[in-house]
Amino acid sequence: MTARTANLDAAFSALSDPTRRAILSRLAMGEATVLELAKPFEMTQPAVSRHLKVLEEAGLIVRRVEGSKRPSQLAKDGMEAVDQWLAMLRKALARNYDRLDKVLADMKSESGKGTR
Amino acid sequence: MSKMTLTTEGDTHILVTRRFAATPEAVYRAHTEPELIQKWLLGPEGWTMPVCINDARPGGKFRYEWKNGKGHGFHVTGEILEMEPYNRIVHVERMHLPDATPDNHVETRFDPDGAGTLMSMRMNLPDAETRRQMLATGMEHGMEASYVRLESMI
Repeated sequence: MTARTANLDAAFSALSDPTRRAILSRLAMGEATVLELAKPFEMTQPAVSRHLKVLEEAGLIVRRVEGSKRPSQLAKDGMEAVDQWLAMLRKALARNYDRLDKVLADMKSESGKGTR
Repeated sequence: MSKMTLTTEGDTHILVTRRFAATPEAVYRAHTEPELIQKWLLGPEGWTMPVCINDARPGGKFRYEWKNGKGHGFHVTGEILEMEPYNRIVHVERMHLPDATPDNHVETRFDPDGAGTLMSMRMNLPDAETRRQMLATGMEHGMEASYVRLESMI
């Protein structure tokens, strides 16, 4: 397993939790501290910190030190890797159905020939 | 053509829908006849399906093998549970990677939609964790990640 796919596994695992997805949505609007995140989610600070740790280890957020605070923000690279991977897989499935459109069109013209 | 939708339902379901400009009979046949399946069920560019066995009857077994021409491949095996010609197929399948994944129970419907067909495929995984892994090789969370990105642009 490459480091890249290992990171993707961690990223998808982190994304499987609705609270963590909500935290990412909030961070998409800008940097936030644990305190700022705890309030809207009605969670204790330790609970928020645990989620942030998972997101950080998955490479989806980065945290900087600002005095005693450690504000979080989205990690551009991690989020892009997830986007690209998913876009690729979703595209593969969509492409199957685009191919099926062609198969169906061929079937139609074949049967058209038969009745003419 | 209309776009594919991919959504989750409850903890264990995945629902895929797609409209086709062909009759339910044609879309159903393209899902059951090996020589037709081999033309489209291929995944990413460069992959082929050299083996496509589908004993299309209730109780029949199927086996699909994919290769990418670079020495990589995997296969899916399954059994057909119910078949209502041109309208509905129920089957169970698992991927071999090479270890078998938990059984995915799939109901595919082909409903008339104007002059075409609305295909809806409902996958039912044994538990939430299996679905999570399936989506990790797939899809829905990526869409969520994309929504997160979208929200950041608004």
